[in-house]
Amino acid sequence: MSNQAPRGFPLPSSLKVIPGTERAQAAYPYHVQFGKEDDQRFWFYNSMHFPEPMSAFDMVTAEAAYCALGASNTRVHCLPTTLGIDHRIINGRVYIGGNAVTDPAEIARRTEEFQKRAFYYYEHWERLYAQWREKMLALIKSAQALPQPALPEFEPLENVHAGKGVASNHTLLDTYQKTLEGYFRMWHHHFEFLLLGYGAYLTFFSFCKKAFPEITDQTIARMVAGIEAEIFRPDDELRRLARRAVELNVDSKFKDGISVQEIIRSLEEGGPSGREWLKELETSRDPWFNINVGDGFYHYHRAWNDDLSMPFAGLPEYMRRVRQGESLERPIGRLQEERRQLIQDYRDLLSTDDERAAYDQMITLAHRVFPYVEGHKFYCEHWYTNLFFNKIREFGGLLSAHGFFPDAEDVFQLTHYELKTAIIDLMSSWSNGSAPRGPGYWPKIVAERRAAIKEWAKHDSPPALGPVPDVIDDPAIVMLWGITRESLDQWLSAGADGDSREVRGFAASSGVVEGPARIVRSVEEISRLQKGDILVCQVTNPTWAPIFQKITAAVSDIGGSMSHAAIVAREYGLPAVVGTGNATSRIKDGQRIRVDGGRGVVTLL
Amino acid sequence: MKSTEIVGWFADIGLQDRPQVGGKGGSLGELERAGIPVPPGFVVKTAAFERFMEALEREAPVRARIESLDPDDLAAVSACSSELRARVEAAALPKDVLEEITAAYARLQGEAGSAAPTAVAVRSSATTEDAIDASFAGLQDTYLWVTDLEQTLARVRSCWGSLYSVESVTYRRRKGLPEAGVAMAVVIQRMVNARTAGVMFTRSPTTGDRSVITIEGAWGLGSAVVGGEVTPDRWVIGKITGEIPVREISEKHIQHVPAAAGGIDSVPVADDLRRAPCLSDEELQALRAVGRKVEKHYGRPQDIEWAVERDSNRILLLQSRPETVWSAKEAAPVARAAADPVAHVMSIFGGRR
Repeated sequence: MSNQAPRGFPLPSSLKVIPGTERAQAAYPYHVQFGKEDDQRFWFYNSMHFPEPMSAFDMVTAEAAYCALGASNTRVHCLPTTLGIDHRIINGRVYIGGNAVTDPAEIARRTEEFQKRAFYYYEHWERLYAQWREKMLALIKSAQALPQPALPEFEPLENVHAGKGVASNHTLLDTYQKTLEGYFRMWHHHFEFLLLGYGAYLTFFSFCKKAFPEITDQTIARMVAGIEAEIFRPDDELRRLARRAVELNVDSKFKDGISVQEIIRSLEEGGPSGREWLKELETSRDPWFNINVGDGFYHYHRAWNDDLSMPFAGLPEYMRRVRQGESLERPIGRLQEERRQLIQDYRDLLSTDDERAAYDQMITLAHRVFPYVEGHKFYCEHWYTNLFFNKIREFGGLLSAHGFFPDAEDVFQLTHYELKTAIIDLMSSWSNGSAPRGPGYWPKIVAERRAAIKEWAKHDSPPALGPVPDVIDDPAIVMLWGITRESLDQWLSAGADGDSREVRGFAASSGVVEGPARIVRSVEEISRLQKGDILVCQVTNPTWAPIFQKITAAVSDIGGSMSHAAIVAREYGLPAVVGTGNATSRIKDGQRIRVDGGRGVVTLL
Repeated sequence: MKSTEIVGWFADIGLQDRPQVGGKGGSLGELERAGIPVPPGFVVKTAAFERFMEALEREAPVRARIESLDPDDLAAVSACSSELRARVEAAALPKDVLEEITAAYARLQGEAGSAAPTAVAVRSSATTEDAIDASFAGLQDTYLWVTDLEQTLARVRSCWGSLYSVESVTYRRRKGLPEAGVAMAVVIQRMVNARTAGVMFTRSPTTGDRSVITIEGAWGLGSAVVGGEVTPDRWVIGKITGEIPVREISEKHIQHVPAAAGGIDSVPVADDLRRAPCLSDEELQALRAVGRKVEKHYGRPQDIEWAVERDSNRILLLQSRPETVWSAKEAAPVARAAADPVAHVMSIFGGRR
């Protein structure tokens, strides 16, 4: 066999670990390392969820998510044409491959199962979804109840007198294992409805594409999207806080260039109205500031609650608009009426009553499932994930206090298996009075891995590996990643035509705008945005909403036309192109670009 | 001045008057009555043609001669065609027809309110079916920038004469249509000095999608676009949403403008305008609104000619006819209602069928 697949992408075996990072690569467990047999299969780089090299600990997200996704597809709902997703890790990049079912007899057998299971879910959606929220809130509550990891010099006397019978070092292990267990469990909840939800949405979507071949994705999205979904709440709270600040006459305390700490201090010292506003802030924070600035897949995507600079950055502009007499309230009634009219107008264009009846059935189903599709992220990828990473951070604090590594954040350079080992090392040393071995062992590894991530980030990774499949008939891959045979062909030809002046992505929100690009890689860089800039970032999500008032268009590396970024951009009426894969690396800071949000094209000028 | 048996003002006529005013005239009347701006004008009805032909037949037979033609004898058809057309163009108008057209023309001039004579378009308006209308009442039967009464009257006769073109005659003979039913109305309409003009389809000409409006336009008079002399700018607009996902701005090297002596001149477009869009977004949205209104009025997709008047920037419709290509196709239903609404998801989860 040649080294190159007959028609396709490089084979996994031809992809080399970047020299000098071999030990960092070896940290990943054997079952996610590429093997010779993997050359037979098609893989693609999951740049949508993992656009940057992942640190060793953050890989737990891939592991937990694919365990749960696969279980749902393969064993719970029994999707007829697909099983789960396999994943491999190389150079910090996550490659995934689907397991298609192609034998007609097997598809028939699974179809029968699917209809007994998934159809039941569709028919009892409201009840099961209400139950899901209860489950999620209980899971969040139990995560919040986990104790902060600590090792006192002596076991507290009350524990002894109460006859507790287990010492603090055991609580450490218990807390760690419960933290990990909760995270894996959360992902099962995450996928309980997800594929079914996307499937029902896609059913309506593909009907519209057939009936109206030139309809834009964002129009279909507007017909289905909820108006009071959870994703709007954080920004709604921010608007409310801006209004309250003006009402309480404390808005003059918010100025650009003053740190959050200074603002809070001046409010605390500023009499009853300042303190009143801070109380309002606390109301908003729980739970709505439990939203992180990314998609929840990286430990360094911190929540608003952990870093108030993001929400505070949006406040002055909102306050200015309040002072000018704007209400800032989303016109729910009008938005609902517009959506109703939009659905009605498209319905009227259909040719027959029979088509209209089918349309009604499909949009009804799409509306039924959509609250879950839109709402789950807040509970799973944001709220729960923040709790999870913060708990791990607490372990990092404890371990660094015991000299395992210099900084609490270093904990994320250990895999979750290694972290358990380090915790047990600490537990042992605490119990036997010896010095832990970790301080002599981990610092070198942590430094090595940090260097590896830096190195990996310098190298592009092929978008896909292995032979190109004739068709992509896996609804999970089409739905979650938007990958089709056509997109693969585009990737293949993009390789041949590398100097194109165009960056393509999903058409997320229509409109054409030209202006200077501002590459924003992290929250810290947000203050660099000037009014009139075009935001170019890796991910946008509702937490970024406050800065949407400053910019004229948005471009992102990750996200589909139903991504939260797309929804917020439409809400603000800004052109947006999302899911470009590489806009942040192809576009230079300050470069003039044209964003055509209706076509999904960014032109470098 | 009221409409009569000979002359019908747009405000008084509609599609139901097609046998008397033809397709184009009926459509313009229909538009005006639906509150859609069209350049003012009137129709010289088929009764005028009938009276004219009666007089002509008294001199020498016309219809009987055509009915005796063999459509495959091209030489005979050609000879007969040129002879008849020459007779039609040379013959005098019956007195009442002449008087009524003259009076209506004067009223049109009066309404224009300008000292200089207002140019008119003289357009044939066939009473036959759409497709035939489309095939035979093409550009050759539309006379633009006609600047005086004499010319106008001559062009009316030219329109009538076009019924005896080789193509028309051959078609009728092949179909065996009786000549007695053949008649032609003529539209006389104030000319629009267009800054920008073009066509609009209230569905996609490429996919048949009814949820979009396609607009094509170029600088100057619409004849340059309709005649294919310039590559127009092209936009696709969401009929319902108003979003504009496609904008293709082309190099528009020439434009048609009214010639000083009547008729049309083709002149180069100024350099800075060649690659500039010939419509603003506001104008595109206004056109979309007009397109929707017309489509709604007729209850089916339309093929529309429009112009933006140079001085007023007003949008005027010159023509609207039913779209024929996609409407003629029998599309299979995209989906049918299911006994169990949930079963629709199998189109996604069931694999390719």
